[in-house]
Amino acid sequence: MPVNTDAIGKQWPAATYEVGAEKIREFADAIGAGSDVHRDHEAAKSVGYRDLVAPPMFCVVYSARAMGPAILDPDVGINLATMLHGSQEFEWDEPVCHGDVIDTTTTCREIYEKDGKGFYVFETISTNQEGKQVVKGTWTNIVRGV
Amino acid sequence: MSDLKDLKEGDAIPELKVTPDKYLPHRYAGASGDFNPIHIDPEFAKAVGLPGNILHGLWMMAQVARGNAQIADGDPRALKRLSVQFRGMGFPEQELVVSGTVKEAGDGRVVIDTIAAQGGNQVIRNAQAELAAP
Repeated sequence: MPVNTDAIGKQWPAATYEVGAEKIREFADAIGAGSDVHRDHEAAKSVGYRDLVAPPMFCVVYSARAMGPAILDPDVGINLATMLHGSQEFEWDEPVCHGDVIDTTTTCREIYEKDGKGFYVFETISTNQEGKQVVKGTWTNIVRGV
Repeated sequence: MSDLKDLKEGDAIPELKVTPDKYLPHRYAGASGDFNPIHIDPEFAKAVGLPGNILHGLWMMAQVARGNAQIADGDPRALKRLSVQFRGMGFPEQELVVSGTVKEAGDGRVVIDTIAAQGGNQVIRNAQAELAAP
């Protein structure tokens, strides 16, 4: 059965995430990011950050909230039980700090079939409260047996 | 601050070695919000045909990010881009080794080809990181 490509180009409403110090610390601990700039407000400010700064991969925390509705959208039609996370790319710009408010918008960029698998490529663009882009994500999910 | 300018094509970056403990996937689930039971419930994982609960791919990607950021003394501003392919299942209580080689270097920017493996099991392949002096 060919994959349904109707959802290519579909965009979902922005998801908003408020970045807080304790979540940054919890995430830094879970990934083993040891620097004080993720834990101590003054340490972060002393090296030029606006405030305590999130590790780059913290982007998964605020992006996930925007990716959920896209992956679950019946228009996209992903069978979650057979979905694998195939590849991932992030491009970072402005650092994300305690107190930031991040809006993330998801767009379906590609849907195609190869070797009996469905490939679903989504792009997330995250911007901060000043409208500056903080990260662009490219998420490729692979669904077996389409 | 290590000087990215000192790196040249073909240089190896220092290996990052980390062994996630049995409950790491639970802590990462809480930190990231990804509570997919294949990561935190060994019985569920086995019921869907896996050998046991598997590490979150994005946690492994975070180790690749950390391994690369080491060359800039862990400065989170240095990492500009990271792409990875998830090609294997990672498991708790096994050492994960992140290694990389400089592919391009110049003008204060470096591109590093990176892999992450547990023993002979390459869990992340064809990873590429781009770093620049902040």
